[in-house]
Amino acid sequence: MEAQVTEKEILTTQHEEHHHHDEPFLTKYLFSQDHKMIGKQFLITGTFMAFVGMIMSLLFRVQLAWPGEGFAVLNFFLGDKWAPEGVLDPNMYLALVTIHGTIMVFFLLTAGLSGTFANLLIPLQIGARDMASGLLNMLSYWFFFVSSAIMLFSLYVESGPAAAGWTVYPPLSALPQAVPGSGLGMTLWLVSMSLFIVSSLLGGLNYIVTIINLRTKGMKMTRLPLSIWALFVTAILGVLSFPVLFAAALLLIFDRTFGTSFYLSDIYIAGEALDATGGSPLLFQHLFWFLGHPEVYIILLPALGITSEVIATNSRKPIFGYRAMVGSILAIGFLSFIVWGHHMFITGMNPFVGAVFTFTTLLIAIPSAVKAFNYITTLWKGNIRFTPAMMFAIAMVSTFITGGLTGIILADAALDINLHDTYFVVAHFHIVMGLSAVLAMFAGVYHWFPKLFGTLLNKRLGYIHFWLTFLSAYGVFFPQHFQGLAGVPRRYYSYTEYPMFADFADLSVFITIAAIIGGIAQVIFAYNFIYSAFRGQKSPQNPWGSNTLEWTTPIEHIHGNWPGELPTVHRWAYDYSKPGKDQDFVPQTVPLEEGEIDGESGH
Amino acid sequence: MGLLVSIVVVLGIITFAQLIKVFEVTKSLKGGDDHIVTDKENRNQATLMFGYLFVFFAFCIWTYVKYGQFMLPEAASVHGEKIDTLLGFNFLIIILAFIITHILLFYFAFKYQRRVGGKADFITHNNKLELVWTTFPAIVLAVIIIYGISTWNEITRSEPENALTVELYAKQFDWTARFPGEDGKLGEANYRLISGTNPMGLITDNSLEEKLAELNEKKAELDAKLLDAVPDGKIAEDTQEEIWRVENHINKLIAFQKEADNRGAGYISGFDDKPVKVEFHLPVDEPIKFQIRAQDVIHSAYMPHFRAQMNAVPGMVTSFYFTPNKTTEEMRLITKNPEFDYLLYCNKICGAAHYNMQMKIVVESREKYEAWLDQQPVFYAEGLERLLEEELNKKQEVLASKK
Ligand code: HEM
Ligand SMILES: [Cu+2]
Ligand SMILES: [Cu+2]
Repeated sequence: MEAQVTEKEILTTQHEEHHHHDEPFLTKYLFSQDHKMIGKQFLITGTFMAFVGMIMSLLFRVQLAWPGEGFAVLNFFLGDKWAPEGVLDPNMYLALVTIHGTIMVFFLLTAGLSGTFANLLIPLQIGARDMASGLLNMLSYWFFFVSSAIMLFSLYVESGPAAAGWTVYPPLSALPQAVPGSGLGMTLWLVSMSLFIVSSLLGGLNYIVTIINLRTKGMKMTRLPLSIWALFVTAILGVLSFPVLFAAALLLIFDRTFGTSFYLSDIYIAGEALDATGGSPLLFQHLFWFLGHPEVYIILLPALGITSEVIATNSRKPIFGYRAMVGSILAIGFLSFIVWGHHMFITGMNPFVGAVFTFTTLLIAIPSAVKAFNYITTLWKGNIRFTPAMMFAIAMVSTFITGGLTGIILADAALDINLHDTYFVVAHFHIVMGLSAVLAMFAGVYHWFPKLFGTLLNKRLGYIHFWLTFLSAYGVFFPQHFQGLAGVPRRYYSYTEYPMFADFADLSVFITIAAIIGGIAQVIFAYNFIYSAFRGQKSPQNPWGSNTLEWTTPIEHIHGNWPGELPTVHRWAYDYSKPGKDQDFVPQTVPLEEGEIDGESGH
Repeated sequence: MGLLVSIVVVLGIITFAQLIKVFEVTKSLKGGDDHIVTDKENRNQATLMFGYLFVFFAFCIWTYVKYGQFMLPEAASVHGEKIDTLLGFNFLIIILAFIITHILLFYFAFKYQRRVGGKADFITHNNKLELVWTTFPAIVLAVIIIYGISTWNEITRSEPENALTVELYAKQFDWTARFPGEDGKLGEANYRLISGTNPMGLITDNSLEEKLAELNEKKAELDAKLLDAVPDGKIAEDTQEEIWRVENHINKLIAFQKEADNRGAGYISGFDDKPVKVEFHLPVDEPIKFQIRAQDVIHSAYMPHFRAQMNAVPGMVTSFYFTPNKTTEEMRLITKNPEFDYLLYCNKICGAAHYNMQMKIVVESREKYEAWLDQQPVFYAEGLERLLEEELNKKQEVLASKK
């Protein structure tokens, strides 16, 4: 009852507000401190970067499918220096792989994903007028923007962009003599990433403070939607681990420019013995993966949070085991800090340490399994509506399971001996992290597009986009398991030098074609996105029949989100199909009835 | 290839045509229906989802049948067989989990699609069920962990006695394998000694002197260049800096020489070492200890048929043990491939030619291995001769003094 009253109020007040608000372009669109606008900025910048990263991957996939053949597209994108007569240069191959990985992991799936959804959803779902600090939030975006610009600029330097792999292990990344990309390109990479870390810290602190302090009346922690829980733990992980990457990068900068030797020791290169002694390349790997592993959960947790919302809403059923879901997010967050060594089993570290990391890594499988089971059980006895968002969310559960399971193999130090740095690893992390997070991000964009642009994405294009994406996704990455099990190493420019890899020649072609189809699907998405943002159908107030607070705000964006008072929360976010209600959803703003029990133990 | 490209082009055109059609249809349908999934659409998409399950499983099986056969043949080392058993065990579990969860996921999606007038059950949690599916994976994982770690310990902790030590030395972009000479010991190395004639930086009194001479010569050249250069110009500055570097190198070497002298003659066991390139041989059924080093950046010694891999890290010596238990000939029979060869390749990104940094490995009987090793030249033959002479002299002196 009350909800309806507020809704009417909202509509009338919103109208008035709208007319009074004519902000100058610069502060409205560019230097906006409004979280919704900043969320859009993150989304658009991140998506743009993703397209750059995707084109790069298609370029190097062309080389892998047809090694040594000339292609006009390669020459078109890379010019005569890096693709003479259309044949990709080996140094450029490594550079493309490096920047592709960097963009996808950091710019799309960290900043693009968290930046978009934390900014959009945190204030809207907890009932706040904006982030705790609009200024920091704006700075967070602009640091990210400059960082992206520098990363893109590094593509154009004479000696080429960074080429030591996205993990930039020294000494390769420290010595321009070792690979041309370790010249100016690597310097720009480090500068860009340093700014990126600043952006991520500013954002993360803001998210944490906002969630702790600005929840509206009645929004207890135990009533937070899982998306917010996930973003909360993600922000904490980022704040604790990104500074370590910063330290790693800083020491690398010192080694490169000031002649220190944190990571360098006993190196003879280009006809000269370097003076550096006593440093350790392994130090870098420890520092890098101390961030690197939590980083994969910084990517994955928001994806899981989005999936939880979308699956519950479209199954018209409470998320199964809310407390277990929160608990598993916390457990994963904690464990993610004590498993980094599984990236270093064969670096020569003490075998005992390897055994410990095997143990801790395999523990993560338990909370992960709980999450997977809970998603499946949420579908069970639901009343499922297949919106494009829902389809992406279901697909995400599939890739999360498939990729998580191969993680169990890689976590076993004894098995990693033979699989480390092969295509098996490529398949594993693309499926579990890349695909899961990208699919979830799509789910989020389709689901919350009305909150971003006030319009709806076209549904039919959405279905086409979904099917092409999902089919090509497994088409590209599933067969790579077999390459890995055949001992095919990753990061090879060409496999023609090894007779035993000739068996996979036609598979490489298959994979590349699947990748191209996937690429075409994303063009469809881009078209849908742009078209719908401007000319899409106007969305109603609550298009999906959701319980969460963001759907009580007016469709037209206004400063402060809610005209008039902030909403009061009376219940958890998952009262879908609750018995005794006339609708199959009960928004969080609806007061509990006499004797009604709230939350997981409700009936 | 041309065919493939045309397939892509045709697919592209079809998609595009479909797109335009779809768009026309949507445009003609006026009004906000993008948030409403019609019953027909819902049914269709649910059916497609269920169909996907079969397509996906069929695809998995197809790739397995077509490409599974190219997976590595059975392990050619003793510990490798243990790894294979462990891998099989783990795969069994994860494939089962994969099949069960996927059937449930897609079947539930299909079965519980929206029904006209239907309603979902309000099920929030189930403590018993949740307890079961937390403890059950926990128990399975406990087994995996215990089995896995004990295999790992067996592989890494049991250092074999009297293993043959072989060094694998990586640099951009090739490998050198170094075998010990008569003394059965590998000589020590120092990266400051690396030169054209001593690419691994082995320590012998001769290589020390040679390197010092080379550096002094270089310094003299640079000194001359500095004299010729315009004072305070860029060339002068650069040359001066290079001189400092060379001087520093010389000083470090002299210091090292003193230290080595103090340590006595132990460091000269490198005389008779045998560095080989392109191909190396190993005796079958004997434990081998690989000592692994790198000159410039990180590389990784990957020998997949032996289930062996270890990084080569500059400034560090790493190691890996294994016992090859199938000769190359035997493996050719097993794989039914008369051209089969064991390979060592680099598996850590190390620069432009990382993709082609390989070495052939031949496993054969002890006799054949010895015959092969005999033919390999020693690192420093003159030094070896002198050493032998000296030793002979010493023995004669001893004999003479006894008389
Ligand atoms: C069941 C859970 C998981 C387990 C047991 C697991 C285990 C592992 C192990 C042991 C490796 C190292 C393999 C190697 O380098 O040879 C690895 C690699 C990787 N994993 Fe996972 N993983 C799990 C889940 C995830 C998730 C959720 C993500 C991302 C969201 C992820 C992302 C990655 C990435 C990016 C790498 C590649 C690192 C590299 O070598 O460059 N993993 N995983
Ligand atoms: Cu990890
Ligand atoms: Cu290498």
